Amino acid sequence: MRPRLLAGATLRWNAARAQWLMMLPESVVVLNETAAAVLSLCDGERTVTGIVTALAAEYDGVHAADVEQLLRDLADQRLVELS
Amino acid sequence: MTVPAPLGLLAELTHACPLHCAYCSNPLELVARTDELSTSDWLAVIAAAAALGVAQVHLSGGEPLRRADLPEIAAGCADRGVYTNLITSGVGLSAERLAALPVDHAQLSVQDADPAGAARISGTRAWDHKLAAARVVKAAGLPLTVNVVLHRHNIDRVDTLVALAERMGADRLELAHTQYYGWAQRNRSWLLPTAAQVRAADAAVAGAARRLAGRMEVLYVSPDLHTGTPKPCMGGWGRQQLTVAPNGDVLPCPVARVLPDLPVDNVRDRPLPAIWYDSQGFNRFRGTDWMAPPCRGCPRREVDFGGCRCQAYQFTGDAGATDPVCRLSPHRPLVDAVLATAVLATAVPAVDAPDVAPEYRRRF
Repeated sequence: MRPRLLAGATLRWNAARAQWLMMLPESVVVLNETAAAVLSLCDGERTVTGIVTALAAEYDGVHAADVEQLLRDLADQRLVELS
Repeated sequence: MTVPAPLGLLAELTHACPLHCAYCSNPLELVARTDELSTSDWLAVIAAAAALGVAQVHLSGGEPLRRADLPEIAAGCADRGVYTNLITSGVGLSAERLAALPVDHAQLSVQDADPAGAARISGTRAWDHKLAAARVVKAAGLPLTVNVVLHRHNIDRVDTLVALAERMGADRLELAHTQYYGWAQRNRSWLLPTAAQVRAADAAVAGAARRLAGRMEVLYVSPDLHTGTPKPCMGGWGRQQLTVAPNGDVLPCPVARVLPDLPVDNVRDRPLPAIWYDSQGFNRFRGTDWMAPPCRGCPRREVDFGGCRCQAYQFTGDAGATDPVCRLSPHRPLVDAVLATAVLATAVPAVDAPDVAPEYRRRF
């Protein structure tokens, strides 16, 4: 499984808001820091394991089960594809 | 109450349009071209909006391609790092013109599944332009949303509309029931589908969404008059979105001009942050304090925000009333009475005969 953003979706830092935003074709989703960190690694190349490894290199206390749950939640919100 | 920064700006660059759709939600009093904001006005609006926190700009109208300065305006959006959505009829969208537009996404309107039906609702023959525009958008590698407004005269063709969107290579298809404002309100009796038509469309859309899952996103905007559930208009009044009309009027929603007592500020007279945060108009229906029963105390008051203020005004004369489409509204019988006329109208074939024409959106 190599999670990737939906077609047309892009992740952008908004300086005026000091927030990460997921830009979808006709809407915007405000992301928390954790979701933004995970989504920035969903490039369709990395596996879930690869995403966990990359997160663990940057943050303390990364658990694979938490990342997998977050990816499922993001997929339910149609922010990422888990194909 | 803390007022959040806006996320989206609907920039109605012009009311000029090659189409004259009978369901157009533009106001009956269209802004003349001589009253439109200048290029530098729009660039200032975009800069101010981005500084406020706006992350997405929808370049719309009318037909935004009717503005010769559209490339400069789109570049202004790109320079500020906002995501730019081009909302177009497709008429005039050549490969050359699109190449000069640094936009992130295009929404293309489609009126019907065949040229004759499309010409009948839009008062214009634009079929070939739309097919060409879809090809141009896809060739440019941009994501494409096809938008279809549903009404009595095309709602029975959901399956062929879906097939058309697939042929066009749409990434997303939005099937949106008519919202009855502006010209659509004027033509309501001609546009309103029957309950049976709505039920059939609900099923056809759900079937298409299942079949196309993972290939094309199918979005459905329910007919709130029929469902009895208010729409969360604009995600809440003055909460996420603002609209700037062609003449610089700043509105909480594109049709808020129908509210006669709403104070409206203009970007030529007042800075955008002051309009968003401090104006009477934007604060009029913010939050939940303005609500009366049954909204006051309703568990859904922060889900649908009381529904649409303009619809409340149009049905009851009171913009502060609960949206009368709501099953809990004491005014719901007014909506049911309108729906009952749709049943009668289709029971009498003459009303739906080809020689009965709608009042098309004014041409200019």
